[in-house]
Amino acid sequence: MSAAHDPHAQGAEAAMRITLKVWRQGAPDAAGRMETYRLDEVSPDMSFLEMLDVLNERLIQAGEDPVAFDHDCREGICGACSLVIDGQAHGPEALTTVCQLHMRHYSDGDTIQVEPWRANAFPVVKDLVVDRSAFDRIVAAGGFISTHTGAAPDGNSVPVPKPEADQAMDAAACIGCGACVAACPNASAMLFVAAKVAHLALLPQGEPERERRVLSMVRTMDAEGFGNCTNHFECMAACPKGISVENIARMNREYLRAFLRERPSEGGEASGG
Amino acid sequence: MSPTPTAPGERLASRCPSGPIAERWDKRRFELKLVNPANKRRFHVLVVGTGLAGASAAASLAELGYRVSVFCIQDSPRRAHSIAAQGGINAAKNYPNDGDSVQRLFYDTVKGGDFRARESNVYRLAQVSSHIIDQCVALGVPFAREYGGVLANRSFGGAQVSRTFYARGQTGQQLLLGAYSGMMRQVGAKRVNLYARREMLDVVVVDGIARGIVCRNLVTGAYERYAGDAVLLCTGGYGNVFYLSTNAKACNVTAAWRAHKKGAFFGNPCFTQIHPTCIPVTGSYQAKLTLMSESLRNDGRVWVPKQAGDARPPHEIPDAERDYFLERRYPSFGNLVPRDVASRAAKERCDAGFGVGSTRLAVYLDFRDAIQRDGAATIRAKYGNLFQMYAKITAEDPYQVPMRIYPAVHYTMGGLWVDYDLESTLPGLFVLGEANFSDHGANRLGASALMQGLADGFFVIPYTVGGHFAGRALPPVTTEAREFEESERSVRERTERILGVRGGRTVDSFHRELGKLMWDHCGMARNDAGLRGAKERVRALRDEFWHDVRVPADERRLNQNLEHAGRVADFLEFAELMIDDALHRTESCGGHFREESQTEEGEARRDDERFSYAAAWEHRGVGEPSTLHKEPLTFEHVKPAQRSYK
Repeated sequence: MSAAHDPHAQGAEAAMRITLKVWRQGAPDAAGRMETYRLDEVSPDMSFLEMLDVLNERLIQAGEDPVAFDHDCREGICGACSLVIDGQAHGPEALTTVCQLHMRHYSDGDTIQVEPWRANAFPVVKDLVVDRSAFDRIVAAGGFISTHTGAAPDGNSVPVPKPEADQAMDAAACIGCGACVAACPNASAMLFVAAKVAHLALLPQGEPERERRVLSMVRTMDAEGFGNCTNHFECMAACPKGISVENIARMNREYLRAFLRERPSEGGEASGG
Repeated sequence: MSPTPTAPGERLASRCPSGPIAERWDKRRFELKLVNPANKRRFHVLVVGTGLAGASAAASLAELGYRVSVFCIQDSPRRAHSIAAQGGINAAKNYPNDGDSVQRLFYDTVKGGDFRARESNVYRLAQVSSHIIDQCVALGVPFAREYGGVLANRSFGGAQVSRTFYARGQTGQQLLLGAYSGMMRQVGAKRVNLYARREMLDVVVVDGIARGIVCRNLVTGAYERYAGDAVLLCTGGYGNVFYLSTNAKACNVTAAWRAHKKGAFFGNPCFTQIHPTCIPVTGSYQAKLTLMSESLRNDGRVWVPKQAGDARPPHEIPDAERDYFLERRYPSFGNLVPRDVASRAAKERCDAGFGVGSTRLAVYLDFRDAIQRDGAATIRAKYGNLFQMYAKITAEDPYQVPMRIYPAVHYTMGGLWVDYDLESTLPGLFVLGEANFSDHGANRLGASALMQGLADGFFVIPYTVGGHFAGRALPPVTTEAREFEESERSVRERTERILGVRGGRTVDSFHRELGKLMWDHCGMARNDAGLRGAKERVRALRDEFWHDVRVPADERRLNQNLEHAGRVADFLEFAELMIDDALHRTESCGGHFREESQTEEGEARRDDERFSYAAAWEHRGVGEPSTLHKEPLTFEHVKPAQRSYK
């Protein structure tokens, strides 16, 4: 069974030569630049991040600073990985996070540009790592159902029609990676926020807070410095989970409804979103 | 009667209540003193880790009025590795009316754990399981529904009743986002302080009680001290000691190990779970392994060619020349035998030369018959995302050709020893979820990890931590205390020591070597000679690490390699304990298969005479033999029997 770790266990594949141009930035306030690296032994079965691992091993050996990038589960669900590859958030494959992108989609001799998410609301921490805590603050503003542990009625006490449950699940599949923001020319977070608003608005449990939720989340989104939606739909094209822009339409309806019904006493500032 | 602080000499008191098992949790809750509602805000709880256990605990405790601070190593608490669980969560709801009950879930879990779990804990887990589903529905978790609007269930991982609730193949994600939303609500209400990109490096003990932690801020490199009245470790499992596992890259043993060094005993560290349905290894650069939900085994059939080395494409091999080895060996459970049994059977076939694929370290998982029976659309509806994941990684279409699978390290049943209240042997330090050793014994059943994480966080700790606050004197401490000074100094020195080595080998190369060593000798099968050899090599490798590791010397900002180095340094210490535990337990049980202890048919042979206990190890210094304490396990309600899935 040792062969499971045996470096020579792999089938013979053609190794590729890949040139990487990678954004390097030492600190949030430091100037960044593109740096060029050449890799000669890239296997087509490698994931994109495994290729970066190989690059980093080489950089460490050479006494250079390895490239910082966020990653964790490496199976497309945690939402940590966040690279713009040749101008596309998460790279060229549809419905795919960078960690699930494999080098077999590239050819020998290719040059690939690697950059971080770029948005004012996502400041660069280092190299390809950005600060996405704005998303957490938007959720904290209203992306929940206010129930407390112990108070729940039986799970079957409120039937949820399957089509609504399925639609809610479609929206809830969002992994919070921020590719929608990175892909949007306005760096809008509308798809992320709309996915959560739609998920909870579609379920009967979410009904009581429907209006408060959308008002609060949209206002926090604006305050965090995300741009507005001007219907480019780049977000949906980049989304690794296929979250539909229909959710944005739903959020806009939810917002309008809530805004018109808002009473000054409960909303505080009654300005638009 | 009220809980009393554990006195020396009775550190392994399980504190399980006596009396009828169905009434024990009620009894315990009544025994536990209550904290006056007005006093709750005086108590500060530090929650380390934001997976299912941590997020549900933080939300629940803040709702009760405690002050809570939570810490996670990721950029957001929503990324904890609970998110990757696919298949589902068990609960004894008996909605399908197929004979489930609290008693049956309890029985299945004790038996599935191969009689190495504490009955009282498991019974409580089964009792609260139904409330978890209710709570998650209330939080907006979009569980699968039937057309009539009620919750859907499926059978999972060998259970003969349909008790598993699910949200497509993303159950862990949806549950975590539910728990996370509950916690974020409290963050918004300023009842929970959230500290992301922080790594806990030490537990601070004042007057024998855990009263704080020291973290490294992973962005600035600064050491930060936090004082509190209780510390909850919800930091997950240590499967990455094997390097290649299905765990996320950041999963580690560091928090648990540092707590262990401060006095928390480590329970059953050798009990690790190897999951049968993972995508096989392809190359030396491989960074991790990908699991596919074992729900696949509900419809997929596992086989290898009857002729070793048969190189024909699978669809050209007729049924008569296929060995459906799980169906052959275990006619009554077939492809749904528990994880450990399925994994070992696959390994047995591969070791005997019947493996498939370029590495010959794989078996087929074939959906041909299910697609013929139910149609591709039905199969797509059930497993579409898993099929897509498989196709992405392997570039093969599982609708057309069988998947290739091989077992991989997935979960660790071992963890810090805790009593019935989830308190470790270090008073004031509670351990929840995968990080503790309780409930699953020597083998965990499918869809039970999510259940346990949420049971601990939602329904156990909110009561038991109150007993700690009400029952112990907790004089105020500040982060200026000498104990915090010393703790920070020790972790700072450790970091400086790592940076000071300036050797020639990368952290990753050490981690890979350690992982291979552990996989080969402390993995799916273990024997005395292999373990003894591995122990020597782990020691040598640890020594080499401290003389030859090379880490980029940038301490004052984000340095992912330094983080990794600290974790690998801890794995190198922990691995020795794991081997010691595997060495001393000369029986086979659950996921722990000692080659010396098997039946003539090659099944695991348990030894209840000698090993019906939980092993709890006390740290005596790195490289020094740990002291073994034994918590005897008694089975009053489920009679231990040799597991049989024939």
